[in-house]
Amino acid sequence: MEDRVEATITVNGTRLTRRIEPRMHLIDFLREELGLTGSHVSCEHGVCGACTVRVDGEIRRGCLTLAVQADGRTVDTVEGLSDSGELAVLQQAFHERNALQCGYCTPGMLLTAQALIKEHPEATREEIREFMSGNLCRCTGYQAIIDAIETVLRTPRTEGVR
Amino acid sequence: MNDRIDPHRLDALAPQASEVEAPPKPGTTKTAKPAKTQVGYVGQSVPRANAKRLLQGRGAYTDDLKFPRLAHVVFFRSPHAHARLKKLDLSRAARQPGVIAAFDGRAIADYCTPWVAVLGHLKGIKSPPQYAVAIDRACWQGEAVAAIVAETRAQAEDALGHVVAEWEELPVVTDMEDALANRTVIHPELGDNICFARSFETEGFDAAMKKADLVVEETYGFGRHTGVTMESRVILADYNAAEHSLTVYHATQAPHMMQDIFSRHLNIPEANVRVICKDVGGSFGIKVHVYPDEMATAALSVMLRRPVKFVADRLESFLTDIHAREHKATVRLACMKDGTIVGFDLDDLTAIGPYSVYPRTSGIEGNQVVNLTGGPYAHKAYRAKMNVVFTNKNVTCQYRAVGHPIAVALTEAIVDLAAQKLGMDPAEFRRKNLIADDAYPYSFPSGLKFEKLSHHQCLDKLLALMDYTGLRAEQAALRKQGIHRGIGLAAMIEVTNPSPAFYGVGGARISAQDGATVRLEPTGMVTCLVSVTEQGQGTEGVFTQVCADAVGVSIDKVRVITGDTGVTPYGGGTWASRGAGIGGEAVLQAGKALRANILDIAAAVLQVDRATLDVRANSVVDKASGEERLPLAEVGRIGYFRPDTLPMKFQAELTVTRHYTPREYGFTFTNGIQASYVEVDTDTGFVKLLRHWCVEDCGTVINPLLVDEQIRGGIVQGIGAAMLEECLYSAEGQLLNGSLADYLVPMTGDTPDIEIAHVSTPTRQSELGAKGVGEAGTAGAPGAVMNAINDALAPFDARVRVQPFTPERILKALGKI
Ligand code: FES
Ligand code: FES
Repeated sequence: MEDRVEATITVNGTRLTRRIEPRMHLIDFLREELGLTGSHVSCEHGVCGACTVRVDGEIRRGCLTLAVQADGRTVDTVEGLSDSGELAVLQQAFHERNALQCGYCTPGMLLTAQALIKEHPEATREEIREFMSGNLCRCTGYQAIIDAIETVLRTPRTEGVR
Repeated sequence: MNDRIDPHRLDALAPQASEVEAPPKPGTTKTAKPAKTQVGYVGQSVPRANAKRLLQGRGAYTDDLKFPRLAHVVFFRSPHAHARLKKLDLSRAARQPGVIAAFDGRAIADYCTPWVAVLGHLKGIKSPPQYAVAIDRACWQGEAVAAIVAETRAQAEDALGHVVAEWEELPVVTDMEDALANRTVIHPELGDNICFARSFETEGFDAAMKKADLVVEETYGFGRHTGVTMESRVILADYNAAEHSLTVYHATQAPHMMQDIFSRHLNIPEANVRVICKDVGGSFGIKVHVYPDEMATAALSVMLRRPVKFVADRLESFLTDIHAREHKATVRLACMKDGTIVGFDLDDLTAIGPYSVYPRTSGIEGNQVVNLTGGPYAHKAYRAKMNVVFTNKNVTCQYRAVGHPIAVALTEAIVDLAAQKLGMDPAEFRRKNLIADDAYPYSFPSGLKFEKLSHHQCLDKLLALMDYTGLRAEQAALRKQGIHRGIGLAAMIEVTNPSPAFYGVGGARISAQDGATVRLEPTGMVTCLVSVTEQGQGTEGVFTQVCADAVGVSIDKVRVITGDTGVTPYGGGTWASRGAGIGGEAVLQAGKALRANILDIAAAVLQVDRATLDVRANSVVDKASGEERLPLAEVGRIGYFRPDTLPMKFQAELTVTRHYTPREYGFTFTNGIQASYVEVDTDTGFVKLLRHWCVEDCGTVINPLLVDEQIRGGIVQGIGAAMLEECLYSAEGQLLNGSLADYLVPMTGDTPDIEIAHVSTPTRQSELGAKGVGEAGTAGAPGAVMNAINDALAPFDARVRVQPFTPERILKALGKI
């Protein structure tokens, strides 16, 4: 059994210190150790985006990141970004457009879409499809997701924010 | 008035639907606004309330649950496709850190009896007994032969490396035709490799076919693929030794079916078994079957007297989630010079792995292909032959649209070929042959009965929607520039709302009826418990709408609960496009009954004739003036807390239950038609899907937003089957692409925008009039895409016939490689 390593991580604004098995993935740490089950595990090898979380403001695949790599960093998950209200406009657009069915891919979709909105606010429909191509959804066929993101991008910010 | 909903039916449901907002037009990308009015929700694009928790990551999927003393099981699986287990030593594994126990198949069989998946109405179907964990022999790569339970999953996985197994490899049968030839028989005790065979011929078939002017024939291949739910299979079984009771948290579509099965195979009284579905991350038919590892998990909970969880990892999903649709079919179409189709002749072969899957059997898919081939057309002659054979690959069973994608693709491909040979436009050829819209009720040569279909209305609407003529002109113009585009049509019929004819008559304990309990709470809220389950389709959302209209309340007053055998009425669950049509009717009838009971109380309180009252917008009102007489919260208060103020013999009944079973027809058939527009790069073999259209008739559209997204999601799964998805096996029976990096599913960039429109022919079997829609997209898309590609390839005299249509297959067809 490997020795555990101490790591201090700020998760959704709360600083916490834990002894972590070096082999543990960040997604398993969040889900199993912290009970933050909003981020999901699906392909387990970096293909589907269901495990997408934010590390120091950048979206990362929780299944390809070790928990100890987050030592000294800030991690945000769908739960925290829902509470802060950052995802509210996107969530509303997803809800109204039924851009989710089973919802398993949805937290990853939202985090990726939010990155798109920040980085490429002028993205065309084709560019949205391109940017979202690393997030798999088996239920929706994607059109509703693309529509919802496009709606948010095209809505002037002041109107969109609750 | 929008054209999707029969206005006569809407009126019956929603007496006040005057201020209803029009639902968004099909195919528009505008977001739907929540309904403004308080009644008349049926027919409106109301967003689902249950989506909110999922949007915040605050759903609870089964893997999210944690229990005291929860143990985790992993399985030691056969690395060989067919091998005898000469030696299995679990002693070292059992000593690893955190390991609680390790068991082989024999030990688990003491607690879980084996099963044989046959049905009485599939005559002659056979399969050997299957155990929760295989004993002595593995029949496919990935079949579990031992279970290891540990305190954490990581510990259990670590211990797997310490299992000692010695194998003697046995001859492997992977090819369908080899299996059919019976050179090697996988289960010698069964005599041959044929699980199920069916043949069928209409009277005078040969004579009719002989009279035809033209007979075309082709053979089509379909790649074995699988459902790939983003949430894998998950089960958490929690046995209580003191009560001899078992609570199972299960990502399943059919909790009552599973309750019965856990009870019978684990020998626990049914009343002591409770199956609970938390949020389920996609199902598509994958989660409606009995899986050996899941049965083993339940048995282990009993054996160890503690909760045990199993979560399939992605490799296990590819190795053990049911596969589907491995078919090779030769079809002949005979027609007259004027294009009139005389008949179809089908010879289908399908391979299902080493076991028929319990309890629905693996004979249904092939049976559906026989039932549905030629489905939309008015021919009279039909002959079919079908063999279902065992092989040493993973098992196959019912996956979204069961048999339809095969039947539609081969029918529509041969129809296009016939049209081409006659020099007729494929749309005109279909118009000539589709069953007339006034020909119903109609008996189809394969024995099916259609209540009422609308093929011609759908065809006309589709051609207008896609601007067929304009598109043909564009195609011709681009061809001159060396750009090769193709247009493909695929008409279809679809089985929905099945009666007991599907499973019950064959002896399966699978409910064809569903129930709804509707209760007025003291606060005026309405709780609605339904036996149909939710895996993202939006069933809870549509029940909210139907219930709100039926009772006369606003949707925010309705709470729907599904997926718990301990609290909902008994029912079938969600499969075969039955949830909204069957469950919805039960909700409608229960809601209407509650409304009547509410009026009884109000009439007693107000001392007026009940006929002068109605329930609208959360209050009892005067029917004529609409004036509020008694809020529902007041009805609840009196009914529950002050019944002493009601007349002496009057008993308030604020909970009612109603059930519904479709019985008049074996299935409530729907119909629709799809079109695909593609561009083929004849140098690289790559296909770009440019556009896709679908016109569907699912009767009453309860929620256009949800219905359209069901269709879109289904179409994209069908596109996956046509273009990308195949479980590839080596000749030794080794799965070659067991990861999402190697097995491709559609991504955002592979999928076109999809335009959808509806024709609405409500079924008269129910008051709601809703037919199923969840599988329509998947049923029709592969055929439409296939025909579009072949249309693009037509100038080269090339055709593709084997799905998925990879660049390699297209280049081969073009003679370039
Ligand atoms: S689970 Fe991490 S990318 Fe799929
Ligand atoms: S909504 Fe089910 S996987 Fe995307």
